Amino acid sequence: MTLLSIDNLSKSFGGLMAVNEVSFDVEAGSIVGLIGPNGAGKTTVFNLITGNYQPNTGTVLFDGQNLVGLPTHTIVEKGIARTFQTIRLFQNMSVLENVLAGGHCRMHSGSLAAMLRTPAQRREEKEAMRQSMAELDFVGLAHEWQNKAKNLSYGNQRLLEIARALATQPKLIVLDEPAGGMNDQETHDLIRLIRLIQDRGITVLLIEHDMGLVMRVCSSLVVLEHGAKIASGTPAEIQANPRVIEAYLGVDSE
Amino acid sequence: MKSSTIYYLAFAAAMAVCPLFLNAYWTDVFNNVGLYAILALSLNVILGHCGLFHMGHAAFYAIGAYTAAIINTSYGIPILWVMPLAGILAGIFAMIVARPIIHLRGDYLLIVTIGIVEIVRIALINNVFDITGGANGIFGISRPSVFGYKISKPDQFFYLIWGFAAVTIFLLLRLEHSRFGRALMYIKEDEVAAGGSGINVAHHKLVAFIIGAVWAGMCGTIYASKMTIIAPESFSFAESVVLFTIVILGGSGSIPGVILGSFLLVGLPEVFRGLAEYRMLVFGAAMVLMMIFRNQGLLPPGPKNYNVADLLQAGGGK
Repeated sequence: MTLLSIDNLSKSFGGLMAVNEVSFDVEAGSIVGLIGPNGAGKTTVFNLITGNYQPNTGTVLFDGQNLVGLPTHTIVEKGIARTFQTIRLFQNMSVLENVLAGGHCRMHSGSLAAMLRTPAQRREEKEAMRQSMAELDFVGLAHEWQNKAKNLSYGNQRLLEIARALATQPKLIVLDEPAGGMNDQETHDLIRLIRLIQDRGITVLLIEHDMGLVMRVCSSLVVLEHGAKIASGTPAEIQANPRVIEAYLGVDSE
Repeated sequence: MKSSTIYYLAFAAAMAVCPLFLNAYWTDVFNNVGLYAILALSLNVILGHCGLFHMGHAAFYAIGAYTAAIINTSYGIPILWVMPLAGILAGIFAMIVARPIIHLRGDYLLIVTIGIVEIVRIALINNVFDITGGANGIFGISRPSVFGYKISKPDQFFYLIWGFAAVTIFLLLRLEHSRFGRALMYIKEDEVAAGGSGINVAHHKLVAFIIGAVWAGMCGTIYASKMTIIAPESFSFAESVVLFTIVILGGSGSIPGVILGSFLLVGLPEVFRGLAEYRMLVFGAAMVLMMIFRNQGLLPPGPKNYNVADLLQAGGGK
C-alpha cells in the first residue's frame, strides 16, 4: 500500500528550480532514502511534504489526501512528523518538555480546562507525561529528562528530535540527516533505532549522506540531482546505476 | 508541600496583614501596585510566555474600564456585575485587532500594537459613538459592593484588588503548567519547531492575546470603580510602556518576577519621593544598569517541576 505519493512536485526560488517535477511513492512500512549531492533539493522536498514550503505545481498525497496548502501543524496531526537538518530543539527547555511538545497535537485540553484543572485535563497531562517518558526511554534518553536540551551532546540532540517526532504518534517520520554529526558508534545505534521505529509500524523517509547507513537501512532509494529525480530503486540497483555514479563522482572527461 | 507553594502562601499572609500597619496613603500605593501587578500578569501571558512584543496593553485595559463605566453610569448596574462583560468585550476587541497582525514578528508587531493603543486613546478623546465623554471622560462611576458591603476606603480596596490579584496568580500559575502554557513557551523559543511539532502557532498566539485582554478588561473595571472617574489620558501609550517594562524588568515569563517588578516600578518611586524630581533620574539609571548586568530580569523563570520520577523507575531508567 502506498502511504505517501509525490506527484510532479516543483518548487522554484526566483529563477532557481530547487525541485523540478519530482515524483515518487513511499510504501507503508518501508524505509525510503532520499539521496543526492549537496544542493540537489532533498531538504526542499521535505519542506514541501511537511508544509514549510508551498509547491508551485504538483501534489503530495498522504493516505489518499492532498496535503498541499495545509498548514504545518495540520500535516503533523494527519500523521507526518519530521526532524530538522539543523537541529531545532527548544534549546532552553528541558528534555522532557521538548518531547511533550510532540504530544501536544494528540491532546485536547485548552486554556479554560487548564485554569479549572478539570479531571479530564489532569488525566490527559498524566498520560502525556507517561507517553513522553516512554518515547525518551525508546531513544535511550529517559535519564536525561531534567537536562536542558542545549546541554545534550550533538548526537543526543538528534535522538531527542526523533523522540519529539515520535511523540506526535506519526504514521510517517521524515528524518533530515539523522546521522549528521554522529560518531560511528552513535550511527550504529541510530540504524538499530530506525529499524525499531519501522517495527512499530511507522514508515520512515530519510535524507542521509552517510552511504553506509543508507545502504544498510533503506529498502528503496530515490536519487535527486539539480532538483530532478535521476533514479530510484533498491540500494543494489542504485549502486550499479551509471547515472548515479556520474552524479556523485563526475564523468571521465576522455 | 513544594517550596514555591510555601513562598506564595507566605507572600499571601504578609499581604493579608499589611494594611494593619500602613496608613491610608501607603495602602493606596499598594493598591496601585496591585492594579499594575494584575495588568502586568495579564501582559505576561502575551509578552512573557508567548514572546509577543505587545506594547499596547493599555488599550484592552481602557476597553474594560470604559465598558464598565458606561454600563454602570447609564444603567446603574452594580460595577462588579459588569466585570465579566467588560472582560469579554476587551477579549472580543483583542480578537478582532490581533487576528490580522498575529503573524507579525518582533518589532513589527510592537509598532502595530503601539498604533492600536493610540487609536483607542484618540477614539476615546473624540467621544466615539457619543458614549465615552470625550477628553473629560466619564465620572460618577459607583463604588463596588461585595455582598451589600460597600467598598470605598483604601484598605477595603486593598482586599478587593489583592484578592483579585490572588485569583489571577492562582489561575495563571495553573495555565503556565499546562498544555496551553507549554505551547506558548514553545512558540517563544522557536516558532518553526513549534509548528513542526504540531502546535497551531497562530491559534495559540491569538488565544494568548485574548486571555491577556480579558484580564486587563476585568482589571479596568476595578480601576474605574476605584477612581470613580476615568479619562482617556489614563490609558496612554506611556502606561503600556510601564507595563511592558514591569514584565521585562521583573523577568519575562516569570509570575513572581512580574509581581516583584510591579512593586519596584510602581512602589519604589514613592519611597524616593524625598528626592523630588531626582528620583526618576536615579530610577532610570538603576534600570539602565540592570538591563546591562541582568538582562533576563530580576527573577527569571526557573525550571518547571514534573512529577515523573516514578515513571523513570517503571521505564527501566538507565
